[in-house]
Amino acid sequence: MTVIDVAHLQKRYGDTAAVRNVSFTVDAGEIFGILGPNGAGKTTTVECVCGLRTPDGGSIRVLGREPHEPGLRAEVGVQLQESQLPEKMTVREALELWSAFYPDPADWRVLAGDLGLDGKLGERFGKLSGGQKQRLSIALALVGNPRIAILDELTTGLDPQARRDTWDLIESVRDRGVTIVLVTHFMEEAERLCDRLAVIDAGAVVALDTPAGLISHLAAEQRLRFRPSLPVDDDVLTALPEVTEVIRHGNQLEVAGTGNLLQAVSATLVAHRIIAHDLRIEQASLDDAFVRLTGRSTDQEA
Amino acid sequence: MSIFAKLTRSELRLFLREPVQVFFTLFFPTVLIAILGNIPDFGKPDPALGGARVIDLYVAIAVVFTLGMLGLQVAPLALATYRERGILRRIATTPVRPVTLLGAQLAMNLLIAIVSVALVLTVGRLAFDVALPRQADGFVIAFLLTAGTAFTVGLLVAAVAPSGKTANSIGTFLFFPLMFFAGLWTPREVFPGLLRTISDLSPLGAGERALHAAMTGSWPSWGSLTVLLAYMLVLGIAAARLFRWE
Repeated sequence: MTVIDVAHLQKRYGDTAAVRNVSFTVDAGEIFGILGPNGAGKTTTVECVCGLRTPDGGSIRVLGREPHEPGLRAEVGVQLQESQLPEKMTVREALELWSAFYPDPADWRVLAGDLGLDGKLGERFGKLSGGQKQRLSIALALVGNPRIAILDELTTGLDPQARRDTWDLIESVRDRGVTIVLVTHFMEEAERLCDRLAVIDAGAVVALDTPAGLISHLAAEQRLRFRPSLPVDDDVLTALPEVTEVIRHGNQLEVAGTGNLLQAVSATLVAHRIIAHDLRIEQASLDDAFVRLTGRSTDQEA
Repeated sequence: MSIFAKLTRSELRLFLREPVQVFFTLFFPTVLIAILGNIPDFGKPDPALGGARVIDLYVAIAVVFTLGMLGLQVAPLALATYRERGILRRIATTPVRPVTLLGAQLAMNLLIAIVSVALVLTVGRLAFDVALPRQADGFVIAFLLTAGTAFTVGLLVAAVAPSGKTANSIGTFLFFPLMFFAGLWTPREVFPGLLRTISDLSPLGAGERALHAAMTGSWPSWGSLTVLLAYMLVLGIAAARLFRWE
């Protein structure tokens, strides 16, 4: 079942087109990633989906309704980028107040426990660490028992441990049946969490697939590195249809190729009674796929 | 409890955690009356004031001071900060409309104003024998219209200020001249002609004029009420047009 349907979305700010042509659908129960470099139009896209901005073109349906319909606010929980709370509001007060906003809220005490905030209930927002603020933000997005949670740049600014904890949390939220839209520019996060991904660049969707699908389509090449026990002729390997290239690094061989490269190379080596020492396989990552798609790495500012 | 009441309670709680704001809005006006009331000459009838005592005049001025502090300093700072920190946007993603938070902030300010004014009137009456407003209905009307005018000026400040800090600076910058025309340093009642006219047409000057009339037993002049209503209308429309939620 489709819960979000975005078709040919367009949004301009003055002369700049923030979003030129974005289309995707999100199915119930999945974690859908929106990936792209900074300034690609990710945040504008989700702001249109949240009903915070009115698109200039295209259509959006959320649970079959127009995004700005007031009735949707209770169904969609949102964690916005760079959204804060009053400095002197405590965690408990924020959770209590936010749960009063919704017709059928979750028990905020349980939620606080799930998010590891139960020891911080009396702490003021201004005194929380970055990770704690982020977790509170997620709690506020979930306190209304939403069917869809939209989380924008969830783990930006978190240390690696806090980031991993947050990932576990997101998976547990999905396990409760909440559909999640995750905006991110971290490859590792997208690869680990998302069932499907839309890669957005310069205001348009440039790819839409599973993380594994994106990688296999765009960066099918694999590389093997090993130290052969006996000298090997290049021809023995390049004769294989799977192999595209053989490079020597001293007594190390690097073999590049596609398809079932490892199988083909090891069968040949065995036939020649050669043992591959220190065998390593380098597979393309989502990062490589991303660079191919957008022509730049994710660390670079757009 | 309704969401509006809960938000107002939450705003009140946050306000009470700001000791400087609490002092200047809730207690300072009364402290001002207590200090002035202890200056011997201010307790004697002054022929230059038509036989009134200086302390009699300052009760109305203290009421305007309270509303000026809340309207020009507290409310714009809070609202501009809420926008700057993305809190209004965050509320917009919930079933509650951000305008509800704005309303709760104003309701909280009005509550503080009522308590502070009650304190001023009580201390003025008990310690310095300043009569309670002789025209009580007129006083309530004058109080509400002056509050409305001060908050409307504050909303306009919050509408144009890009950050909480700027809102606070603009508020302070407006507070001193407006309080001058309301007679904080020299009571309006002894202003010479032109200065008096300017004061009559200024937002807090018109407020003091209306409150002073009600204190002394007459219905606030239509002139002063018209000036207050005009400010609320014109500045209110401007604020509504200019207010950005993000």
